[in-house]
Amino acid sequence: MGNLILFLILAVIAIGSAIMMLFSRNAVHSALWLILNFATIAVFYIILNAPFLAMVQITVYAGAIMVLFLFVIMLLGTEQGSGVLATRRGQLWTAAGLGLVVLGSIGTALVRIGGSSVQAAAADTSPRVLAMILFENFTFPFEVTGILLLVAVVGLYVMSKQLRKG
Amino acid sequence: MENAGAVALAALAVGGIIAFVVITGFAYSTLLERKVLARMQVRVGPNRAGYIPIPRRGKDDLRLLGGVMQPLADAVKLFMKEDFTPPYVDTWVYNIAPIITVFPAVFSLAVIPWAPLPQWLADMTPHYLAPHGYLAIAPGLNVALLFILAITSIEVYGVVLAGWSSNSKYAVLGAIRSTAQMISYELSLGLTLLIPVMIAGSLNLNDIVVSQQQNGWFIMLQPIAGILFFVGALAELQRAPFDLLEAEQELSSGYNVEYAGMRFAMFMMAEYVKMIIFSAMWAVLFLGGYAGPLVSQFPMLGAVYMILKIVAGLFLMIWIRASWPRLRYDQLMDFGWKFMLPISVLNVIVTGVMIVLAEEGVFDGMLGWFGLLGG
Amino acid sequence: MLGYISELIKGMAITMRHMITPPVTIQYPEIKRPVRYRFKGRHELKRYDNGLEKCIGCALCAAACPADAIFVEASENTDDVRFSPGERYASTYEINMLRCIFCGYCEDACPTEAIVLEDKYELAFYDRASAIYTKDMLIVDVPINGQQTPQVVEPGVFTKSIPIMEDPK
Repeated sequence: MGNLILFLILAVIAIGSAIMMLFSRNAVHSALWLILNFATIAVFYIILNAPFLAMVQITVYAGAIMVLFLFVIMLLGTEQGSGVLATRRGQLWTAAGLGLVVLGSIGTALVRIGGSSVQAAAADTSPRVLAMILFENFTFPFEVTGILLLVAVVGLYVMSKQLRKG
Repeated sequence: MENAGAVALAALAVGGIIAFVVITGFAYSTLLERKVLARMQVRVGPNRAGYIPIPRRGKDDLRLLGGVMQPLADAVKLFMKEDFTPPYVDTWVYNIAPIITVFPAVFSLAVIPWAPLPQWLADMTPHYLAPHGYLAIAPGLNVALLFILAITSIEVYGVVLAGWSSNSKYAVLGAIRSTAQMISYELSLGLTLLIPVMIAGSLNLNDIVVSQQQNGWFIMLQPIAGILFFVGALAELQRAPFDLLEAEQELSSGYNVEYAGMRFAMFMMAEYVKMIIFSAMWAVLFLGGYAGPLVSQFPMLGAVYMILKIVAGLFLMIWIRASWPRLRYDQLMDFGWKFMLPISVLNVIVTGVMIVLAEEGVFDGMLGWFGLLGG
Repeated sequence: MLGYISELIKGMAITMRHMITPPVTIQYPEIKRPVRYRFKGRHELKRYDNGLEKCIGCALCAAACPADAIFVEASENTDDVRFSPGERYASTYEINMLRCIFCGYCEDACPTEAIVLEDKYELAFYDRASAIYTKDMLIVDVPINGQQTPQVVEPGVFTKSIPIMEDPK
């Protein structure tokens, strides 16, 4: 019962912050709402007995990625964006359609799996067990992610070198 | 969980007491800093507030407790100041930024183990502290170290938002500098945090302390990691020699230029509470935490050792501030990315290899550095 | 690299050494250091040994003052009401300490060595009006063997404003 109440409160905060993120005219405010959203989702993970995931969620998303977002917004000075209403005609509807497609596919996937993946996430939090899961059960995805990030870093390096020459 | 209410109440009580102690400690760490800095500059430091004239035999001067009330005087002064909001600021973010700054600083207190659990406290809290066996606000959190990392990573927001919302070029420049600095040094700090985890085999801070009781302090096993953590902490805290954030000559005072009164005090408070937290982390991870002689007989002595170790860490930070000049910005970035990060990565790799070798029994019968780990 | 580290440690050793040396601070309001011999502090108006004021109200100090801080108003001396030797004395003498720059030109200009910048330096006020020092505040006390001014004197004794130096050097 307590968990249900907590879930409902958090759900309202999560959805509300997501909507506010979309409709804020100021890019920095949008980013702040997104951070609130990430934090709420981290609390969801804790409720689901996955404190490791919660901490990683905060560290990586709220801590690293959103800081970079804010950093870029501040550096470029683009915080006074044109907002959602002034975008090009049709953009809004395309975005809504694509969002529905993504939502549908995630929903289908969830229905097919049937919520069992939640149990896998709620593993023991000792570093040895985590390492076993990460490097034995999920070696291939882990390596693929690593290569993806490496490619991005190398690409960035090459591009910045070319920029410096040109 | 029929006792959830009782646990929550006990946690609130313990958290309240510890937070109160640390916030008082924050006030007095400002006094410690001013006093120590003054003595290192052959001055006296604040000695007027809290002047209690008690005659001493054989001495002409009656001064005692010179300056003990200085933090209180500062607080009263800051409370009395006008709560001014400059024009053209982003009011909403401007008001929320000091809160966002203080909150994570106090939040990370939750996981620091202060002492082994004394019997009377265990009897009082059968469902809260007793199952875990040590005194902390949130003893059940097994990913304590990750929690600290997570909190450290969101500490940047207060600075960024304060700088941006002030709508002042000095504040924005200070915020950009500090953000870049904190992001850069967070990496090597995180990698250094891994080393006690690897040696102790747990993310729980109490397990790390217990492991140090068996293996010796980790600063002896891993002096490089200990020093790297301290340097990274100085950079995270924006303390000298990495205090580019408040380079007065260039930025006048950095991200908090436009703040005054109690809101400014909240930034200072966050800064000093973070100093205490990082000292506590250093003590827990590398200086043996609450371990010390006679702790097994008198568990609350552990808290005394913790406080002593925290004060030692604070003193070292102040000593460094008194001694070393500030780094230039490019030197700062070079140091972080080209020196700290490679050494941290190498250290993690070498430590991992050594631990595996020790587990395989390569060092058996060898009273070497890592031989201690074998058993 | 090792060079850097040794320099850093040397710096920390210096601060530690300073920490154990006793502070050089002097606790000012309780302990006051004596000022130097040629220190220029607050002005004083001097008296002769018999108690007569040295100031004769000539206002040369006011003329010399670059900050226009001095205001002098002179009145006539008589032998029944005598403040200073000669014809005139300063009935009003005011120095605005907010304007004074303590250059000492008034001292140089004074023909009778009446005004001297002495050793008092605690010149703080709560309002602008109290920054103006009047003659009562500036003039020194009467010497032990002297008489309070105004004096009643024998006619014809104090006719010269500027005393003749008995032993010019």
